[in-house]
This record gives sequence, C-alpha cells and structure tokens, in this order.
Amino acid sequence: MQVIESRHITKQVSSPEGPLTIVNDVSFSMMRGEAVAIVGPSGAGKSTLLALLAGLDVPTAGSVWFMGQDLSTLDEDGRAALRAQHVGFVFQSFHLLPSLTAIENVLLPLELAGDRNARTLAQEALKEVGLYERMSHYPRQLSGGEQQRVALARAFVCKPDVLFADEPTGNLDTVTGARIIELLFAFNRSAQTTLVLVTHDRELASRCHRVLELDAGRLL
Amino acid sequence: MMITLRFTWRSFLRDVRSGELSILFIALVTALAALSSVGFLTSRMERLIQEQANVVLAADIRLESGRPLDQDQVYRQRAREMGLSTAATVSFSSMIFSGDSSQLATVIAAESAYPLRGALRISPQPFAPARSVMGGPTPGSVWADPRLLTRLGIPVGGTLTLGDSTLAVTASLDYRPDQGAGFVDLAPTLLINTSDLEGTHLLISGSRATWAVLFAGPSERLVVYRAWLNNQKKEGQRLIGSVDSNNQMQSAITRAGHFLNLSALITLLLSSVAIAMSARRFALGHLDFAALLKCVGASQRFILMVTAGELILLAVTASLVGVAIGYLSQWGLSWLLKDIMKVSVPPPAWTPVWLCTGTAITLLLGFALPPLLELKQVPPARVLSHRLSAPRLRFGLPYLMASSALAAILYGLVRDRVLAAQAGAAVIVVGATLYVAGRALVKVTKGIRGAAGVSWRYGLANVARRGHESAIQVVAFGLGLTVLLVLIVVRQDLMSEWQHSLPSAAPNHFLINIPPAQVSTLNQFLVARGVAPPTFAPWVRGRLTAVNGQRMSDRKVATERGQRFTDREQNLSWSKDLPPDNQLTSGSWWSGVTSNQALVSVASEFQESLNLKLGDQLTFDIAGESLVAKLTSVRKVRWDGFRPNFFLVFSPGTLDASTGTFMTSIYLDSHQRLMLSDLVRLFPSVTVFDVQQLLQQVKDIVDRASEAVQSVFVFALLAGVVVLFAAIQATRYERRFESALLRTLGASKRLVLTGVAVEFAAIGVLAGVLAASAASLAGWWLSVYLFNLPYRFDGAVWIIGVVSGLVLVGTAGTLATWSVLGAPPAMILREG
Repeated sequence: MQVIESRHITKQVSSPEGPLTIVNDVSFSMMRGEAVAIVGPSGAGKSTLLALLAGLDVPTAGSVWFMGQDLSTLDEDGRAALRAQHVGFVFQSFHLLPSLTAIENVLLPLELAGDRNARTLAQEALKEVGLYERMSHYPRQLSGGEQQRVALARAFVCKPDVLFADEPTGNLDTVTGARIIELLFAFNRSAQTTLVLVTHDRELASRCHRVLELDAGRLL
Repeated sequence: MMITLRFTWRSFLRDVRSGELSILFIALVTALAALSSVGFLTSRMERLIQEQANVVLAADIRLESGRPLDQDQVYRQRAREMGLSTAATVSFSSMIFSGDSSQLATVIAAESAYPLRGALRISPQPFAPARSVMGGPTPGSVWADPRLLTRLGIPVGGTLTLGDSTLAVTASLDYRPDQGAGFVDLAPTLLINTSDLEGTHLLISGSRATWAVLFAGPSERLVVYRAWLNNQKKEGQRLIGSVDSNNQMQSAITRAGHFLNLSALITLLLSSVAIAMSARRFALGHLDFAALLKCVGASQRFILMVTAGELILLAVTASLVGVAIGYLSQWGLSWLLKDIMKVSVPPPAWTPVWLCTGTAITLLLGFALPPLLELKQVPPARVLSHRLSAPRLRFGLPYLMASSALAAILYGLVRDRVLAAQAGAAVIVVGATLYVAGRALVKVTKGIRGAAGVSWRYGLANVARRGHESAIQVVAFGLGLTVLLVLIVVRQDLMSEWQHSLPSAAPNHFLINIPPAQVSTLNQFLVARGVAPPTFAPWVRGRLTAVNGQRMSDRKVATERGQRFTDREQNLSWSKDLPPDNQLTSGSWWSGVTSNQALVSVASEFQESLNLKLGDQLTFDIAGESLVAKLTSVRKVRWDGFRPNFFLVFSPGTLDASTGTFMTSIYLDSHQRLMLSDLVRLFPSVTVFDVQQLLQQVKDIVDRASEAVQSVFVFALLAGVVVLFAAIQATRYERRFESALLRTLGASKRLVLTGVAVEFAAIGVLAGVLAASAASLAGWWLSVYLFNLPYRFDGAVWIIGVVSGLVLVGTAGTLATWSVLGAPPAMILREG
C-alpha cells in the first residue's frame, strides 16, 4: 500500500539574493512498512523535504499525497489533523518541552487525541524504551540518550503509520545512537510503520530498505 | 470540547508548576489587590462624604412643613417598622426675656433623640471649651447660644423667660450640626425640650414655625423609605435629602480621593507594563511548544482555545487572590480611618470581585492575548529548523486596543476623564521618550566599547547587540523608576505640603456681619488681645437671577448643586487683587484694568454647575436692586484653607451701592476664646461662627487619608518592583545561554558578572536620568493641576533617580544572572 507519494515537488524561498530553490522537482513514493533514508550533504534540502512530506510546510510547486490524500487540498488544520492520526516525529534536538516531565511529554499527543487510557499507554511506552523509573524526571534531569528515548516513546505512543526521524542520532554518542536506531527499526518492524529517516550517516542509511540521495535540492 | 478543557487545565497546572506564569500572576495580583482595596475604600469615603453632608441636616432625610405635620405619627410608625430612627423638631422665632433685657432668638424644640446625625456641643459658660453630648436638654431646662447668654447677661445656671414659661439655662450651646455652614442662620439659638413647648403657649393656630421630622438609618432602607414618603407627603411638605457637605470638607475629601485614585491608577498602569512584558516573554517561550503541538496534530483553533483558556484560568485565580488581599488590606486601611468614618462598616459587597475579574480578563486579553495569538501562526516546520522563525509578533494594533481597554478601566476607576487621559498620555510620552533614548544608548555603546576592557566590552556589546531588547528594558526600567520617584515626590513633598496647608493656627472662627464703620475698631480690639491682624473681606448677599438676559427659571440647570446655586442667596465679595488660596483657571484678573462695566469672577464649582462661559452677562438681585456684571475669569478656590473665600468676587467699586458688611476669619486658642463674650457685647451686630469642629474634621481627614494613601502606595511600589523583575526576566534565558558559552570558553564567573553588571548599570543610569526628568515634570503637574498645591523643586529626585537606577537595576540584574551562573554550563548548553 502506497503511504506517501511526492509528485514533482519544489520549494523556493526568498533570500536577499533572489529566490532560492531548496527542493527541486522531487518525485518518489513510499510503501507501508518501508524504511527509507534521505541522505545528502548539509544544505542539500533533506529537512525541508521531510517537512514537505509530513505536511509541516507546503511546496511551491508539485504535490504530496499522504495516505491517499492530496496535502495541497488541506489547510494547516487539515494537515495537522492528518498528522495527529497517522504521524510520529523524532528530532535531532529531541524537542521535549522543558517544563513537562518525561511522562507529560509522552502524554502530549494522547491528550490531544483525547485518549481515555492516555496515562496507561504513556507508561507502557516509557517502559518499552526503558525509562519507566524516570517518568517523573524533567528533560534537564535526563541525559541526551534518555531524552531521545522519551521522544521515541512520544512518537510511537499513538501507533503512527509513518514515523519521520530527522537526524535522530545527530546529538548522541555512537553507543547511545546505536541503541536509539535499534529501537527505531524495532518499531518499524513490529508495527509495520513506514520510517522516513533523514541522516548523514551512510552506514545507518544502508540499513534502510531504500536510500534517496539529495544534492542541491535534487534527487540523484 | 472536553479534550480542550482538560488539556487547558493540565497546561495551566504545568505552566504554574514550572513558574512560567509567575510574573504574569504576580503582576495581575498586585494590580487587582490595589484596585480592590482602593475600590472598597473609595466606596467608604463616599459614604463618609454622604454622612458629613447629612450632618448638616442632623439626619439623613428631613421632612418639614410650615404647618403641623398631621400625618407625622403614621410616617414615624412606618419608619420605626423599617428600623429607622426618628425625631421631631419645631423651630420658630421668638423674643427671649431676662429681667429687662430681651433678644430675638431661633427657638428649637426637639425630642431627646435629636440630633440623629452629628452631635451637640455644650460648655459650662459662654465660649469656654466645649464637649460633645448625646441628645438635647431635659424637660425644664434649656441650652442657649453663647451670644444670647452674653447679650442677655444670663449665666449658665440662671433662668430665662420664653412665652409663659420660665426655664433653667443648664449649658451654653456651642454647636449644633444643623446650624448651617453658609453663615445665614443669624439669630442665636435656644434649644428646648419638646415637652416644654406646650407650656410656653407660643404656638397657636397660624403661628409661623417650621415643623420637621428627622429620619436616619442604613442607606438601603432609606432609599425605600424615601420613595414611600415621597408618595405619601402632602402639599406644602418638603422632603430634604442629602445636601452638599460644606466646601472645606468636600475639598479635603476630594483631594484624599485624588491621592488614593492616583496610587491605584499608577499601580494599574505599572502592572499593565509588567503584564505586557511577561506575556511577551511567555509567548516567545511558547513558540516551540506551539510548533510542537501543531506537529503532533493540534489545530490552530485548539492552540487558540488552550491559550485563551489558560489566560482565563489565570485571570480568575489572580482575581480571587487579588481581591482577597485587597479585602484584607481594606480592613486595615479602614481601621486607620475609623476615627473619621463614624459609619457602620458596610456588609461585604460582591461588586469588587466582578470588577476585578473583569479587569483581570481585560488586562490579560488586552496585553497578553495579542502576543499569544501569534502562537497559532507559528509554522510547524520550526521544529526542524529554528531558521523558520515565528511570524513577527505584532504589537501595534493589539496594544492600541489594549490601551483603549485600559483607558476604559482607568476611567471607571477614577471617574475623571481628564485625569485618566492625562495619566495615559503621560505614560505613552514617557515610554516613547525612553524608547528613543534607549535606541540612542545602543548607538553610543557601539561607538565606545572598543576602548574598554574585556568585561566592559562584553557588557556594552550586549547593550548594543540586543538593540531592541535593550531599548525595551530602558522603557520598562524607566517607567518603573519614574513611578517610584513620583511616589517619592507625592508621598513626601505633596503630602507634607497638604498637611502644612492646614497649620495648627489655621483660622477656627469666622466673624460676619461686621459693619464697615466697625472694621478698624474690631481690628484694634482683636490685635490688642493678641490675635494676628486678620484680613477683612467685604460681604454682600445676593442671588443670580439671569444669564445673558435669560432668567434662571427658564434656564436648564442639570445638577442639584447648580439648582441650589440659583435657588439660594450667595455670598458676594469684591477684591482688587486675586485673593490668596485662589488660582485663575481661565480669563484674566482685573488688576490695573479700569472699566466702567461691573466685572465678576466665579469659582470653578459655580461655573461648571451653571455651565457659564467667559463673557456671559450675569444679572444679580442684591437687596432688591439689579446688578449686571460681565464674567471675566474663573478661579479654582482652596476652600480647606479656612480663610474667607467666595464663589463670586466682583471688581472694586461694583458693589459700592449695596449696603454690605465685612467678614473675616481668625485663630483663637482656648484662652483667647473667652474674650468672645466681650466681643459680642461690644460689637452686637457681629456674629461669630466657631469652625473649630469642622477644622478638626478636615485635619483628621488629611492625617488619616495620608496614612491610607501611604498604605496603598505599597501596592504601587510592589508593581514597580514587578516591572523591574519582568524586564530582567525578559532576557534571562538568552543570558543564561551566553554566560554558559562564555564560561565554556574560559571566562571567569567574575568576568561574566562584571559584564552583566556593566550592561544593567548602563541601562539603569539612563533609565534613572530619564525617570528623574519625568518624575519632576509629573510632580510639577500633579501639584499644580491636580492637587492645587504650590510646587517645590526637589533636587533629591535626581540623585535618587540616578543612584537607584544604577544600584537597583544593576544589582537586581546582576543578582538575577547570578542564579544562572550556578548551573553547570554543560547542562545549559545541552538544553539549548
């Protein structure tokens, strides 16, 4: 089943020197349960492409089809609703809310969805990433690896169809990074979640089913 | 909906727990505590004014008639059923005899409950120190005006004849509340008990007398009773409600109200600045939160609802706490005022709670919602790249709307359009000046930092780099300091000026009806007895009958006061120079101008009540003669100076044709007072009014109000501190990160702290200089225009301004950063 399809998407932004093309006429599709890596040098447009695929941003030209729905026909709230239903995120800088404890961070998407078993599900998710004992800790009381595991629990707690991971190990040491990657792929396998992984790491990319290489906004 | 509500509640709890809402909360609570305590207090002050006004009637309402009140028992029965107290009086003129002497007097026959408001004061001999007593004379005895006793030569303990009765004089009647402050009740009073009236056989059918029933009680019951009585009363019966309290009392209370309102107004304005600043920081801190919420599927509406919901929860919580604090402090303040508030404490009203909740929501929605509304515009892709900044927070239009809402609150609070508008305009002008100066400081520091040492360079570079934030901080610190300095000016200078305006030797007796031929002999008499030479003012009574040819009866007069000005005769005077205690507000004085036409200057109360304009031709009836005078100036009069002052003053020569007398005011201590017996004997036409009681009341108001105002200033002071704190917090996160970075690069704590101290000191000194200028201007404006007191330049404000800017801002900023330095740099850098 086709989960994401990109049709000739282009993203331009304005700059003092004139229009700047960050993503240039990119087309591809992704299937359910597939793990796809997007690689390329810094400034190649990887994160922008991920934002376009997840409906966080809109392309200047072309269209993105997500779960059979053309994102360009939806407004921002429509895209948000689609994300709430189908998408999970893991970021390079974790993006945990510093004023919330670990469990409160995991609870966030569940509360938004109005899940009645939110607390139990959040506790289970933290147990799965090995942080059950530290659920009441604030992000500043956790190590980088622990923070990323909380972010993983938050991403998976709603059982998303697609997981977008933007350089998930970029801020972690090799050993901790490897543990996070294992968890990511384990979720990908067990829940048949489509994994879209943006990374610099060729070795990590090679573990995915497919690698999309981007350079100066173009797919090679 | 339930999801949104639950999420809002949880977000609120989280933000409270994390301290994100602390400053907003403190700012709101401060504003509301000040608002509610002043609100409660002002309503009590209004009651005081009402009470004082009613003292003039010796009751709250009074029903009187030229004929016996045949229904009076029905009226009184109904009043008693409603829990009101009543008393009946009959007053008439009669000759009093003692041996061969006789004297015309106003006889008042009163029941023992009289007076219902205020108290009688009696003394054991004429003009001796008096004491207050409850109730009037017992049957068979009378209390007589000291003038009556002196002129008839009766000692206290002697007897006098009234009609067919011989009655014992048991006291000299020094004061009765309804004796009239307008100096018109000229015949001396004899107070007798009602039960002795019949034996005098003076009142027969058709006698000229005034029969009155007095009523007093709680105001809410009086309103109902008054409406009932108004329907019941017969033709010829007159119902008299509240009247103006006398000018001196009114003037003192108004000024006390100005002081109280000013401090509440300042607190509110400052709190708004603190709310706006902390809300801005709260919004900036929530950009990532909003982006993340969108990322995980929250709609814009959801974010808006959660944000507004949090603000409403905050407003309600802050209202409850603020009102509770305000209510408690109001009890403290009213304890201070208890001596002058001789009224029962009103039951707690819920009105201030709604007022405060409304104000809290308005302040928050006005100043906090606009930046928070922008949160819904945050691009969700910001979670991937901070380069995708939020849309620029727009403050212009929302703040304009918020300022309008604030202006409405200010007006509701002080009920003075001009004061609210001027205070608002002053804040805007001072704020704008501070911002411009702040930007200039940024430019200057750019130029000089190369010449300084490393920590200085770091500090000054910070000022320059955070250009906009630095300028905003100058505005916040400057406004905070301005207000603190204004408080110093008002509290110390204006308050003491006010207290000194009533020296211990302020005139406590008015002498009226002085024939022109006796002015110099009376002056000699007084000076010979150690009295400071008084100023004599000519005095004529007359009534305004027409304006520009239009009769007053045809002219629409909107206010009750205006109606009284036209119904009653007024005291008129003339003067070559502008009298002391008078200040021209429009037009010009006639110094040096010779005009054939009669000119008149009016007091602002008279001009406003009757809607008069410069150039109007006013027609007066003076003892049956008509006089037309052109209105050439309007004066603001300081009535609480206790010197002869007039609503209407004419140009010299204008009143020559009228048979006038002179009046003056003098200060007499208790020993000097005894010579008044000689005075009334030697100058039989002169009437002496003892205003000692009134003077004491005014002094009490000034003293107690000063204490109350100083207590309310505590809230304003607190609001100023909250603003300083909010301004420091505004850049705390950024500062935290920078200091961690600097320390990572090898900078010592000392270097970082010195840099921060330099930055805050530079901002503080500039804010201090500007605040001192603004405070001096404000002090001048307040003293001249609002409080009508002389202005004295106070150089100390400048020293305090600069030093407190340097020390307060420098220290507070450095201390706030100190706590940041405690955390390990690695942890801060990891948090980013």
